[in-house]
Amino acid sequence: MEKTLTIRDLSVSFQATGGTVRAVRGVDLDLYQGETLAIVGESGSGKSVTVKAIMGIVSSNQTIDSGSICYRFQQDGEWTETELLNLSRNEMRQKINGTHIAMVFQDPMTSLDPTMSIGMQLMEGMMHHLHYSKAQARERALELLNMVGITDAEKRMKNYPHQLSGGMRQRVVIAIALSCRPDILICDEPTTALDVTIQAKILELIQEIQKKTGISVIYITHDLGVVAKVADYVAVMYAGRIVEKGTVEDIFYDPRHPYTWGLLSSMPDISTDAPDRLYTIPGSPPNMVDLPAGDPFAPRNPFALEADFKAEPPTFQISPTHYAATWLLDDRAPQVEMPESLRSRIQAMTEGGGVCV
Amino acid sequence: MMTAKQYAASVEREDFVLANRHDLGVDKVYGSQSFWRDALGRFVKNKGAVFGLVMIVLIVIMAFAGPALSGYDYRTQDMAQRNLPPHVAGWESVPFFSGVSTDYSSGTPVRTDMYELKGIRDVTHIFGTDALGRDQFARVWTGTRVSLYVALVAILIDTFIGMSFGLVSGYFGGRVDFFLQRIVEILSTIPTTVIVTLLIVVMKPGLASITIALMITEWIGMSRVTRAQTLRLKEQEFVLASRTLGESTPAIIFREILPNIFGQIIVMCMMTIPNAIFTEAFLAFIGLGIPAPLASLGSLISDGFKSMTMYPFLVAWPVIVLALLMLSFNLMADGLRDAFDPKMKEM
Amino acid sequence: MLKYIAKRVMISVITILIILAALFTMLHSMPGSPFNDEKITEVQRANLEAKYGLDQPLPVQFGNYLKAMLTGDFGVSYVIQKNMPISELLRARIPVSIRIGLQAVILGSVIGLLMGILAALKRNSPIDTSATVISVIGVAFPSYVFAMAMSYFIGFRLGWLPLLYSTTEAMRSTVMPTISLSFFSMATVARFARTEMVDVMGSDYMLLADSKGISSFRLLGVHGLRNALIPIVTVLAPLTVELMTGSLVVEQIFAIPGIGSLLVSAIQFNDYNVVLAVVFVYSVMFIAVMLAVDILYGVIDPRIRLAKEDG
Repeated sequence: MEKTLTIRDLSVSFQATGGTVRAVRGVDLDLYQGETLAIVGESGSGKSVTVKAIMGIVSSNQTIDSGSICYRFQQDGEWTETELLNLSRNEMRQKINGTHIAMVFQDPMTSLDPTMSIGMQLMEGMMHHLHYSKAQARERALELLNMVGITDAEKRMKNYPHQLSGGMRQRVVIAIALSCRPDILICDEPTTALDVTIQAKILELIQEIQKKTGISVIYITHDLGVVAKVADYVAVMYAGRIVEKGTVEDIFYDPRHPYTWGLLSSMPDISTDAPDRLYTIPGSPPNMVDLPAGDPFAPRNPFALEADFKAEPPTFQISPTHYAATWLLDDRAPQVEMPESLRSRIQAMTEGGGVCV
Repeated sequence: MMTAKQYAASVEREDFVLANRHDLGVDKVYGSQSFWRDALGRFVKNKGAVFGLVMIVLIVIMAFAGPALSGYDYRTQDMAQRNLPPHVAGWESVPFFSGVSTDYSSGTPVRTDMYELKGIRDVTHIFGTDALGRDQFARVWTGTRVSLYVALVAILIDTFIGMSFGLVSGYFGGRVDFFLQRIVEILSTIPTTVIVTLLIVVMKPGLASITIALMITEWIGMSRVTRAQTLRLKEQEFVLASRTLGESTPAIIFREILPNIFGQIIVMCMMTIPNAIFTEAFLAFIGLGIPAPLASLGSLISDGFKSMTMYPFLVAWPVIVLALLMLSFNLMADGLRDAFDPKMKEM
Repeated sequence: MLKYIAKRVMISVITILIILAALFTMLHSMPGSPFNDEKITEVQRANLEAKYGLDQPLPVQFGNYLKAMLTGDFGVSYVIQKNMPISELLRARIPVSIRIGLQAVILGSVIGLLMGILAALKRNSPIDTSATVISVIGVAFPSYVFAMAMSYFIGFRLGWLPLLYSTTEAMRSTVMPTISLSFFSMATVARFARTEMVDVMGSDYMLLADSKGISSFRLLGVHGLRNALIPIVTVLAPLTVELMTGSLVVEQIFAIPGIGSLLVSAIQFNDYNVVLAVVFVYSVMFIAVMLAVDILYGVIDPRIRLAKEDG
């Protein structure tokens, strides 16, 4: 499989009123062609900032401190490489945004321009990038609307966003993202703002499109159910760092980081008839302005070692695909096992033959 | 990417034991502050707002102490000292207060020391004298009182008429709201100037009729804000809770709703004040202000304007005081708005 | 949309009727009108009343009054120009007032828009700060402060522009009145444009449009500006109010033969007929602008235009 995106040591910080917020700290990630990568984390963990950096959307009080984002793509049969962080905002607009990397945002209720018709919003990208005539763009727009499952496409083209339901709007947003045939689709919590019944349909739609077009997808989510359903590879983020990453099997069947344990334990599960209350990770995410010394997760970690309060753990490699950043993986660490309830849950899942959503 | 070796430096073998801390997951509290404290903090940081507040305090002090300071009163005429330029005895070298008047009408400026000419070097008229020889300093500050009175009236109108109207309309809703909102709709379609002008034409110009005119027009903005906020609040859980607990309607309005919209009410009051002051000054300018010998800033400007090219100082001082007053109230209103609700939009 | 317009028109018509009723009541209670003159005898009064239809029942009188006012028959002036039909007085003056008002609104909104948008795009820069200072001053100071300052310094001391309005130099005569009147519109529009633009720039749909990779010109000009402009239309109504009060005073200062100065002199000379007529004309103009703004708002905002059609 060809690697299409390589992120190395990406660090992004913000100037906030209270001081500097180090939103992303040394993130390494790879994305392969046709693969689905899920970035999981609580709000404020830096997952949105990471993908916005890929898109080149950087707010004025934000700086990229270090790192590289290397994007490889096929052009006329040849593989070409571009360092995205070296491109200016305008170059990103001309060369990358929309045509190579496109994005679907969280809230379909607010992400469409209320004063422009659906058709025009779909067509403007194509007319700009692909130099389509109005008629060509219109034809392709109708095609796209059909593809994302919007019936009566002809009529919907003339509609304005407020005339569509939330699910339909998200379909339109997906159509817009796909309009210029990108290689990478970034979905920033694409289903959180939708009804549960529509959530599944939107996920299936994206999977279907992926199958048809071979596009790579990055999901940002805090919902492990979504991850289990769609992802090939998972990265768990906490306080701006990737604390664990691995294939979906690695993460769900062999989690190593106490934070991942916490996330998995707090996932509601119908298959296990657990009478006790749902587990929650104690405390709340750290204030990113003054990160405590050591591992930022340590104050919430029931398995924290004294070492966690002194220094941030390095990333340990567990298998060729599986990495985790916890002192528990150090040779000197005592043997600490995942909580019993989680172990039995994983056991049940393995026997059940797959991950339950 | 950082390697294990880099980290290992600070971590010793004995650190690899379970920490077993007992404060697990206790939320750190970051400088908790009450709403009012927070608002005060933001207000004090706003330079414009503080400037406005200081200016208003200064103007209020001058409005009460000013006339007495000048040693004259606002209506004593002195035909021997008409149209004298500003002069402070002993300040002959200070521009604007030297007592020298300059005549520009002939093309080349002609300077005359009026006080020298009349042999009254020791007389002080800080802002000069008007066409009837009255001390302008005393008149300006007496006139300021009218503006301040109007500001006070505006606050009272806002709280008593505007707020109650909005509260009733928003809280009771239904047919009451429909009826009250049609009144607001029609009243706001008639230009304020028209209502005020007509009223004063029918009644006799004076403070009482200005007050009535303001009462009819100045409460609409406040009622809109109160209504919108009440509509929003009355559906919220804490209000529903006290309603299910059987609290009486007045108790809900005064204990649950009012304290929560107090910030917006103060802001709205502050925004009405400059409007009201402006309306008074406008009426005075078109000849519908309070009758002579009383003065208001508007009537002083109107009188001074008639001889502006000859005696610019007569119009300059009341204009400066009025402008400062309006600016200060505006700055303070902006500051309060940002302090209470940084996201509240301009209305 | 039709329902929306119908509702707006209805309210406007009701308002005009209410204003006319108020004016009618005032006409009857006004001191100094010929009907209340103490010197005339009973017989004369009866004759007069018959002549003016005052012996008829009140509803009929009101009907006649309505008919007269709506057809532009405002009666005659008593003091300013004796027995001159008021409609003729107005005909000469309305264009001057409208011209200056329009010039001021256009100048103010264009400069205000530019200022506000620039301030929003360069937030917290010196441009932003100076735009804020200018707009605070513009909102806070009554327009006659600017008018007087300009008239004294530019008109009188420097002599660059005519101090008073003259028909022979109509264009140059309107410069200072236009500028002094435009300050308020400029300041209000600038303030509003900045807030709206900042809001729009932070919105999700701008993020999506940005992620499409369209040119920054199209991003700001089409997506940004259009969304920011819609709410700005709503401030046009309060601007008209300020313009009207402003013009009353500014016309006085520059001796402009408009309806504002006509109203002021009518008030000063107790020419009630003229006062009522001008007030009526003012109200109609104001209501027409409000109506136009409301409808314009509906036209440019698809959320109102297409409400309750489908979807």
